[in-house]
Amino acid sequence: MKQKFDINRFKDNAFKYFGIACTLFGLAVLSVFLINILIEGLGRLNWQFFTSLPSRKPEKAGILICLLGSIWIMFLTALIAVPLGVASGIFLEEYGKKNKFASFIEINISNLAGVPSIIYGLLALEIFVRILGLGKSLLAGSLTLSLLILPIIIVSTREAIKAVPKSIREASYALGATRWQTIWFQVLPAASGGLLTGVILAISRAVGESAPLIVIGALLYITTIPTSPMDDFAVMPIQIFNWLSRPQKGFIENATAAIIVLLLITFMMNGLAIYLRNRWQKKIKW
Amino acid sequence: MVNKKEKIIESILMLCATVSVLTTIGILWVLISESSSFFSKVSIKDFLTDTQWTPLFAEKHFGILPLISGTLLTTFIAILIALPTGLSIAIYLNEYAPKRFRKIVKPLLEVLAAIPTVVYGYFALMVVTPFLQKFIPDMAGFNALSPGIVMGIMIIPIISSLSEDALYSVPKALREASYGMGATRLQTSFKVLVPAATSGITVSIILAISRAIGETMIVAIAAGQQPRLTLNPLVPIETITTYIVQVSLGDVVQGSLEYQTIFAAGIALFVLTFILNNISYFIKKKFQEKYE
Repeated sequence: MKQKFDINRFKDNAFKYFGIACTLFGLAVLSVFLINILIEGLGRLNWQFFTSLPSRKPEKAGILICLLGSIWIMFLTALIAVPLGVASGIFLEEYGKKNKFASFIEINISNLAGVPSIIYGLLALEIFVRILGLGKSLLAGSLTLSLLILPIIIVSTREAIKAVPKSIREASYALGATRWQTIWFQVLPAASGGLLTGVILAISRAVGESAPLIVIGALLYITTIPTSPMDDFAVMPIQIFNWLSRPQKGFIENATAAIIVLLLITFMMNGLAIYLRNRWQKKIKW
Repeated sequence: MVNKKEKIIESILMLCATVSVLTTIGILWVLISESSSFFSKVSIKDFLTDTQWTPLFAEKHFGILPLISGTLLTTFIAILIALPTGLSIAIYLNEYAPKRFRKIVKPLLEVLAAIPTVVYGYFALMVVTPFLQKFIPDMAGFNALSPGIVMGIMIIPIISSLSEDALYSVPKALREASYGMGATRLQTSFKVLVPAATSGITVSIILAISRAIGETMIVAIAAGQQPRLTLNPLVPIETITTYIVQVSLGDVVQGSLEYQTIFAAGIALFVLTFILNNISYFIKKKFQEKYE
């Protein structure tokens, strides 16, 4: 018997290949980009590039100052944003479930998460740089980025805490523990995997961010290594932006090499986060 | 004693939670106070209807329309790329793909969203624009098209990931009923699952649009700094975000009218994204538990 041509089955299969094509399109573009970067920039990556100060000559310039700046920013931002974000998350999830104030904060946070990063720059320019007089310092930059990633940390803290089953809490209460003792000794350790994942992703976001820092004026030609939170600074993405805006070919090459370093940092942090998430999901079966 | 300690801890936690409220108040206060001094010198009518934006030139015009048109043009191009691709990926991964493939591909696609935007700016300027110029010789070095395309690629994971979650949460019964009637996977996807997941898919699209409107570095690097009211994607334009960057890079005196323009531009940007975010929040809250 001859099989009849089925138009619906044909369409169904056609869409299957279209779907595969779309999926591969995203991945293909990603690989083209990464290969392009490696070809253009790998040759420039040497010891001198890591240990040199900025320079007007592209072949003498290096990323020492902006790399250190990014590391400073990473730690200061974590120091400010993690305690604040985790505490807020605990409050919203454990204490303020039913009250009006908490639901107001919740709407507020979901709004903040959608505010473009450059707007945080405008806020920081006025409040941190001008009114508090922090200038274009590392501290001002970290405060700016902390506010930016706060919603991410709060949301992931809440998700992590939410995943801890009620029975653990109830067991703790039954033994006479107070609310805070239960949170501190039971809930937080149980939620630590998810918490850590969220925190790492948030900080990786802060390290790649540049727009708000440009607004507060961090695009400086600085030649001194930052040694305290009040020092002026540059970070990797801003150095890349700076090099990209110059006409000489040497600086473009520098930008690609710096992009490799920045991507390496980003991918390492994301990889670590995914690894922790998987391990946490596997290890704990409620 | 224990009780007192508990109370203190609760107050500290609450204090931390208020930081986010203070941030919102701070943003509103800064934007409104700085732009109100701007609007005392420039009328709101001029701001909204003048078709030129030249605050840094000798002959000054303060019409926000060219910046908004630049912003919407790049956003439109981005959505044109991201919506069909992202939605097809979501449907494919949800209905067609083998489980193993899905498990590998999903985190890989999310890498696209983790790449710092300055890197995408490099791609738009140094890779995509030269490539497109081979086919479109009269395309300018700075243009709306290539940052738009690159931005579209960046936001694919927002649409694909959130839409897939929405499709996935459609109850199994609906899907099985459709297959039971003899429908193909394609028919089930487009006639049953997508309509049932409309609210989730809409939220993902709105979030993607809002993200594209607020995106800064890609357009600052590759779209140019020439505010003009045009729909031509081949010429240099300027977005709201790029203008703020452009002014921040220069030596503008604090308190001057030029300085205040970035806050006026900021408030336009804030209002655009604020409306979109609230629509998506509203949809999410309203339709969240429809099937549960």
